[in-house]
Amino acid sequence: MDFLTNPLNLVTFSPLVGVLLLLVLPSGRKNLLRWTALLVSLLTFGLSIWMLTQFQAAEAVAPGELHLGLSLPWIQVAGWNITYAMGVDGLSILLVLLTTFLTPLSILSTWTAVEERVKDFMLFFLLLEVGMLGVFLAQDLFLFYIFWEFTLVPMYFLIGIWGGPRRIYAAIKFFLYTMAGSILMLLAILYIGIQAGTFSVPELITALPGLYASGVIALGAQMLLFLAFTAAFAIKVPMWPLHSWLPDAHVEAPTAGSVILAGVLLKMGTYGFIRFNIPMFPDAAVKAAPWIALLAVIGIIYGAWVCYAQKDVKKLVAYSSVSHLGFVMLGLFALNAQGMEGAILQMINHGLSTGALFLLVGMIYEQTHTREIAVYGGLWKITPIFGSIMLVVSLSSMGLPGLNGFVGEFTILLGAFGSQAIGSPWFAGVAAAGVIMAAIYILYMFQKMFLGPEGSIVEEIKKHGHALRDLNWREIVIMVPLLVFIFWIGLYPKPFFDLMAPAVEKLVEALPQIVH
Amino acid sequence: MMQFDPNDLNSILPLVVLLGWACVLLLVDLFIPKGRKGWTAILAAFGLAISMGLTLGRAGQIGSGFRGMVVQDGFSTFLAVLILGSGLLGIALAYDYMRRMGWERGEFYPILMFSVSGMVLMAQAADLIVVFLALELLSIPLYVLAAFGSPRPDSEEAGLKYFLLGAFATGFVVYGITLVYGATGATALREIVDATFAMGTPSPLLLIGAALIMVGFGFKVAAVPFHMWTPDVYQGAPTAVTAFMAVGAKAAGFAALLRVFVLAFPLLQADLVPVIWALAALTMLVGNVIAIAQTNIKRMLAYSSIAHAGYILMAFVAFGDSAVRADAVASALFYLLVYAITSFGAWAVVIALEKKDGRGLEITDYAGLGRKRPALAAAMTVFMLSLTGMPPTLGLIGKFYLFRAVIDAGQIWLAVIGVLTSLISAYYYLRVVVTMYMREGEPETTREPWLDLTWSLAALATVVLSFLPAALFAWASGAILRLF
Repeated sequence: MDFLTNPLNLVTFSPLVGVLLLLVLPSGRKNLLRWTALLVSLLTFGLSIWMLTQFQAAEAVAPGELHLGLSLPWIQVAGWNITYAMGVDGLSILLVLLTTFLTPLSILSTWTAVEERVKDFMLFFLLLEVGMLGVFLAQDLFLFYIFWEFTLVPMYFLIGIWGGPRRIYAAIKFFLYTMAGSILMLLAILYIGIQAGTFSVPELITALPGLYASGVIALGAQMLLFLAFTAAFAIKVPMWPLHSWLPDAHVEAPTAGSVILAGVLLKMGTYGFIRFNIPMFPDAAVKAAPWIALLAVIGIIYGAWVCYAQKDVKKLVAYSSVSHLGFVMLGLFALNAQGMEGAILQMINHGLSTGALFLLVGMIYEQTHTREIAVYGGLWKITPIFGSIMLVVSLSSMGLPGLNGFVGEFTILLGAFGSQAIGSPWFAGVAAAGVIMAAIYILYMFQKMFLGPEGSIVEEIKKHGHALRDLNWREIVIMVPLLVFIFWIGLYPKPFFDLMAPAVEKLVEALPQIVH
Repeated sequence: MMQFDPNDLNSILPLVVLLGWACVLLLVDLFIPKGRKGWTAILAAFGLAISMGLTLGRAGQIGSGFRGMVVQDGFSTFLAVLILGSGLLGIALAYDYMRRMGWERGEFYPILMFSVSGMVLMAQAADLIVVFLALELLSIPLYVLAAFGSPRPDSEEAGLKYFLLGAFATGFVVYGITLVYGATGATALREIVDATFAMGTPSPLLLIGAALIMVGFGFKVAAVPFHMWTPDVYQGAPTAVTAFMAVGAKAAGFAALLRVFVLAFPLLQADLVPVIWALAALTMLVGNVIAIAQTNIKRMLAYSSIAHAGYILMAFVAFGDSAVRADAVASALFYLLVYAITSFGAWAVVIALEKKDGRGLEITDYAGLGRKRPALAAAMTVFMLSLTGMPPTLGLIGKFYLFRAVIDAGQIWLAVIGVLTSLISAYYYLRVVVTMYMREGEPETTREPWLDLTWSLAALATVVLSFLPAALFAWASGAILRLF
């Protein structure tokens, strides 16, 4: 019974209710299918809010620990010691909420965008949600790996069936690229399991220091294990120079897929670093910090630089993710509380802002069927609501004070600036230039598309007897919750920091002293 | 003077029943009118089921017979169940398929039963003479079965090719056995191992003998570079036969390799490890890389079957290391089971799309299957994911178990090659999925009750058992090799 009534299980597997319902519903009743998926994803969201209240109650008693967890024996034969272990703490709670929050919004965005094979689309979408939630909640490496690899499958179908013209190429590239990293992690997981005799993450975090100290796992082996996990996570993030799958996947994916890809799937990579790499391989993490910081800074600058050259607005948003995730990595490997808290918040911010940008781009694309920046112009006058929302979201993405992006980036830069692990303030200094570059490419995009004279697309649309319309009610309903959080985090981020602070401090305290 | 002891028969009771049943069925079949040969199939299935029931009923028993020439232990029970199960599935696939293709003949089913008997005997063999006997008993019927699509030329070619190369391989095994006999003066595994321990350092004669035996079975399990026959035979043989061959012959080949090498030649570990290492690595690489170039689904699955032999060979590298070999054997057996379930499912889907004259076998023929037959396409997706080793399928669990054994044996680089080649394999398995769901087409499919049951149950098992593998793990790890 524990299994069925556990709040984390209820949240994780509640989308399966929708999967079962969808399976029996007739595939012709498209609106029925859409409503079913939407209501089930809202149910999941509701459950996750209920989980949050329980989490807060538990956190008041034991701050910084894993809560609401359960650990059941799963495979305890033939020398295996695998448990079905779930748990949530300050590191993952916000990501769980982000997932359950973005999923219904994404489903709502497909109302008119997805007309083909609606049933299958919703099936894969809900399965994807199960996988993502499992990734954030699993506390056993075996279980985690299953959820981690599983997310590939529905996403592969979402890109491959409902994507753009080069969808098959993009889907396979996405699949193979991600799998390439995770199979190395698989070997590392097995190696750790053999050496430590357990796959449970909390147990490993307690047991591994002893194995390092006694030399059962030498420092060199620890570095290799760290690298194997890094391979999986760095590809997912994606860190420069492993990012080349991302623009293809993003550009070809349907809007809702892009939102989830940018909003949640990339965070699985950064989450992996903070949940596994840093606490399980602390010595290696400290050693690697300057190098990862270097890659992160290159990613920030390179991502921003490449954005200028983009003619396709979706590609521009995609490359901006490379830049933004660079900030997250920089903050994580500052290995101090400030940097990590900023990084976690920035994960959420990026999910909200970039998710919103992809949604907005999708909304205009549905009308014009082009994403070429050059054909747009003067949109603000024609579609004022769309333009205003776009402005707010763009400013949030470039980190304007008062909006969410600023809080995250600023905290990260502060953390990185004073980081012992990174060892030099120059990294933060150069990264700060990335903020300015972001302002330039975002504003350039906004100016080209929304200000100035009317673009050629307006004439083009008129020729076909249509006119560009502003956002409709459904689209506004999608954007409003995102805007609420963009302002909320920007103006009063304290509740969000409070959720994660005890867990982050616990993590940082466990790290070895840094000597330079 | 050897005395006949009725207790000896007890040690091979399921086998006796099976062989007796097959002989009687050959006669009974004469009285079953043409066009109603389905009855022969049903009777054959009954025979296999009874034999399986006997095997399961005696699962806990351990013993030997015929002065230690055959044994019954956890290992033989596990493999016997697996092999009898493949026989049953083979019949399920052949039932309507052979009629649809115009190849329905009653003797098909008794012949298949003879081959199954040979495989079961192989799992129990504890003497090189019995190994040879079992090898012939399982192979000769398979040559006939491969050519059952006669007068279609590619099936005849498959039969002949399989026969020639199979005979060649058997020659290697026999030559190896004689050399081992020359070196140790024994054919019983128990006596061979005693003799090698007495010898101290293994003599070159023994080494060459063991290597020749390995080459011979390398042919049977389709390990590179002894795999040349596989794609042609798998493609040419009737698909139901191919499915049976891919699982049954592989299981029997590995049964012999594992038992003979683990029990009789542990001392050769140091000399043979580099050889097996190279065999495993080559098999995985060649199988997976050449599979990419295939456009015919049967050929692709043939190369995939070669690649999977390579994965199982990885576990075999640790055959002489007493600390880890129990686990290595268990993981190999578990992987065989996973491969059996998955590959039977995949072959069943192939049969559902196959037309007369060999049409419907190109991967492009699968275009649009996702729309036309959603359940069939979903099942095929499950099989492809399982062969790749992705969740939520048994394939991933099998790889977990296998790779743990490989890492435990200290063969990290081999494990790295293993995972990298499985990445390569993702490409061609995914291509089938891409074709089914992302390309438009109008595939023609067949619905037949036993066929549909096979692929749907296989898909269900592949997914559901992946969440509950504990019982299977326990069963595989209990399948211990015993020396009497």
